[in-house]
Amino acid sequence: MASDTMTDQHHHTETQPSWNGGSEPFKASYGKLMMWYFLLSDAFTFSGFLIAYGALRFSMPSWPVPDFVFSTFPGDFHHKPLLFVTLMTFILLASSFTMVRAVQEGHRENKMGVVKWMLWTIIGGAAFLGCQAWEWNTLMGKEHMSVKINPFGSHTESGTYLEGDGHDIKEGDTFKAGDSYLIHKHDGEWHPLKYRADDGVDAGKEKQQQFGPKAFGALFFFITGFHGFHVLTGVIFLLIICVNSYTGLYVSRKNGYEMVEKIGLYWHFVDLVWVFVFLLFYLL
Amino acid sequence: MGHLSYESSKTIATKTILILAFITIFEVVFALLGKGYLVDGFYISGWITGGMMILLSIVKAYLIVYEFMHMKYEVPGLVRTVLFPTLLLVWAIIAFLAEGRYWLGSRENVKNPPASGTSSSSAPQGMIYELPENSL
Repeated sequence: MASDTMTDQHHHTETQPSWNGGSEPFKASYGKLMMWYFLLSDAFTFSGFLIAYGALRFSMPSWPVPDFVFSTFPGDFHHKPLLFVTLMTFILLASSFTMVRAVQEGHRENKMGVVKWMLWTIIGGAAFLGCQAWEWNTLMGKEHMSVKINPFGSHTESGTYLEGDGHDIKEGDTFKAGDSYLIHKHDGEWHPLKYRADDGVDAGKEKQQQFGPKAFGALFFFITGFHGFHVLTGVIFLLIICVNSYTGLYVSRKNGYEMVEKIGLYWHFVDLVWVFVFLLFYLL
Repeated sequence: MGHLSYESSKTIATKTILILAFITIFEVVFALLGKGYLVDGFYISGWITGGMMILLSIVKAYLIVYEFMHMKYEVPGLVRTVLFPTLLLVWAIIAFLAEGRYWLGSRENVKNPPASGTSSSSAPQGMIYELPENSL
């Protein structure tokens, strides 16, 4: 299809109706319209999960602070809040841009252009998945977070530590209400630190760090995992359509490179969902 | 598709991605600034940073759907059938967040039962079970 579609489409519907009624509802092809409705239903699925996250977060007196939880960076960097997820966001945004370019090249039937930009998109998707694997591995392997145990807690009162953890906390360090902590695990044993509460109802009492809200781990792994699963399926379909473009399959098709447009819609949707996952898990 | 020339749609795509990248950087810097990471002793209320980031995320969503997914160039009927149903989520968000707040009130009432005779309690009467520490 050339870029001048108004006349083109008119001609198209007269000679070769793509829907049985002979005219295209909403001037869109069947495949594209159905992709939109699939994405609408998928948006509701993600919304259900994210709203459940909101309800559970609102129901807890404290919630792990994201810039404390997500503050590691490959190469043994610590205390770099949100740096790594910002990088992940940029990778996904960049792959959305390369996808737009692939669709544009498809419109002017430039086969090698489509293949080139789709390959960049695939690389972006794969890089995003790699980053997510690293992030999960750090959380599970080094920080021992799981769907059942959340070692990230936050203090509800100010106090003074009675022992150190050998990393950042020394005996005698003080903290305020709202400060976050990570309970360490060595040799299969959890080591919550003892502290003295300095205000609140327990002022003066000796207490111990408590685990954070359990729902955090389950929600984090489930929702980012479900998003990662979408990225993975996206990468697989991108690969298939990229190979099909390369072999010239779409050259002979009446609707040209429409498959590239349809996978493009899906790919942008994955980016769209990430905007909200990024907002709820990392920014707020 | 197709209402724009190849060159002008290329320019729009480049502009859009630059705006998206700029908003993302702004969001992250604003989040860190508000929480006191960038300037010592400087904080911004969570309501302001939070509200700002929700608004900016909606702007990002608009740009992705309207420019990248070409919703801007579809006929109004398609736009309506896809976007209007999502308005139902507005109520879902309000209702479930209110429900979450109510659960929080119930938890606190179970931990520290209000003195008898206070009618302001939001916990259902006759709640007898005890929630263990960190039960969720």
